[in-house]
Amino acid sequence: MIQIEALTKSFRGQSVLRGVSLTVPTGAITVIIGRSGGGKSVLLKHVIGLLRPDSGRVLVDGEDVTQLSGEALDRVRRRYGVVFQGGALFDSLTCGDNVAFPLREKLRLPRRDVGPRVEAALAQVGLEGVGAKYPAEISGGMRKRVAIARALVTEPEIIFFDEPTTGLDPILVNTIHRLIRALHERYHFTAVIVSHEIPSIFEIAHRVAMLGDGRIVEEGPPDTLQASANPLVQQFIKGEPEP
Amino acid sequence: MKATPALLRPVELLGGGAVSVVEALGRFGAFFLEAVVVLFTPPFKIRAFLDRIHYIGYRSLLIILLTGAFTGMVLGLQIFITLSRFGSEAFLGPAVALSLIRELGPVLAALMVTGRAGSALTAEIGIMRITEQIDALTVMALNPMRYLVVPSVLAGLLTFPLMTALFDVIGIFGGYLVGVRLLGLSAGTYFGEMQTFVALEDIMTGFWKSVSFGVIVTWVATYKGFHVGHGAEGVARATTQSVVLASVLILVWDYFLGSVLP
Ligand SMILES: Nc1ncnc2c1ncn2[C@@H]1O[C@H](COP(=O)(O)OP(=O)(O)OP(=O)(O)O)[C@@H](O)[C@H]1O
Ligand SMILES: [Mg+2]
Repeated sequence: MIQIEALTKSFRGQSVLRGVSLTVPTGAITVIIGRSGGGKSVLLKHVIGLLRPDSGRVLVDGEDVTQLSGEALDRVRRRYGVVFQGGALFDSLTCGDNVAFPLREKLRLPRRDVGPRVEAALAQVGLEGVGAKYPAEISGGMRKRVAIARALVTEPEIIFFDEPTTGLDPILVNTIHRLIRALHERYHFTAVIVSHEIPSIFEIAHRVAMLGDGRIVEEGPPDTLQASANPLVQQFIKGEPEP
Repeated sequence: MKATPALLRPVELLGGGAVSVVEALGRFGAFFLEAVVVLFTPPFKIRAFLDRIHYIGYRSLLIILLTGAFTGMVLGLQIFITLSRFGSEAFLGPAVALSLIRELGPVLAALMVTGRAGSALTAEIGIMRITEQIDALTVMALNPMRYLVVPSVLAGLLTFPLMTALFDVIGIFGGYLVGVRLLGLSAGTYFGEMQTFVALEDIMTGFWKSVSFGVIVTWVATYKGFHVGHGAEGVARATTQSVVLASVLILVWDYFLGSVLP
């Protein structure tokens, strides 16, 4: 279980998180929605230990990651898989080597086990045969899928997706959502997904939290959220422009 | 915060400036210390190290050959003109060799590699930073220092002396072309006097210089890449700063070593 408690963060006077509290249950898919620039990526970066909060805590199974560093933090991170918003593929490596990288370096698997797993991971995201290409040689949507394959290939316990489907065509969006659900049914990982895919993301979410104004304005199962009386939530999921 | 009286404001600015310089120096030093710690803890990334040798060394070969040859030719010409006024052209060989081995070889080779590979290294690591590739390594619980910094610094340590040696040899040959082939000194005099006057100490001075320049250039380049600002402009600025800082440090350190080494 991940418990985010009263997290605050500002950048040079600009207050981005103003007391975010959220519980991410183990083994469930939690979706975070919210306006662009609202601080969703910043929130994720606190949970994966890339940013330190001004105040507040992030407990991962009771351990406060905001206070950890070095090997203790790495121990928590070994349980993570992360899909960055921009993909963050290593551009000096081929797509195949990108997916193989965490297997070789993080899990230290022997060479002969790596190849088949890379093939399988790429096939899962519909990218058979692009293993030899460099990230610069494939489309943005394909890069995104390679990034997903790289995060899933190690079968981590907790996976963070920062907008895994933004920029993909509608068919691929649903393909990726189904893939996440299918893998989830198989491995029961804990997932945190930042997404703008409304309403299709509600089909795979167990819980949805909406970040607005630096706080969680509403949180609950998808049905509850969609039925919420909160005007901020309604405006957001209906996509109504600012008055 | 309380407003500072107008009279004290310059003092405040100066103090603030001094504090930030000391802070930056501290970070710069801590970065190196961390790299040293990582260097001595396994696993060792042999593959990345070999890649960096190729990146820093092999890809700078052409520019080293070119600048080495012309430096030697310029030296040959200028020193010949100077020496001929005293009627001591015979010492052209050792004069060219000593200038190259003690001073110009290590310094010019280092400056050339800074322009060729140091800038590229900063830009590459800077782009990895702004595109979150370094963060991606970090969240895989892999230390980016181990993959990006340590192999580069080690490769600098190894390749700079080799490239300096190459620069010296090519330079001496360039001096030979001008002094012997063009200006008519005998080859025996050119090379013979060299053997008499160039001592092991001179070669060691050049060697220690080039080794330390290798560390300085790669340390500055990787540090600037790691601590890049935002966006393409941040990378551009870091690259410029990396070249300027490395070049200045090379000359300062060269003077320092020149005065303590024999
Ligand atoms: N490293 C940083 N330094 C300064 N400001 C930052 C930094 N990272 C994020 N911010 C600011 O924090 C705010 C929230 O950014 P964030 O990337 O979390 O938005 P987001 O909710 O993920 O938006 P999107 O849906 O567009 O990805 C932005 O206004 C951004 O300018
Ligand atoms: Mg974001």
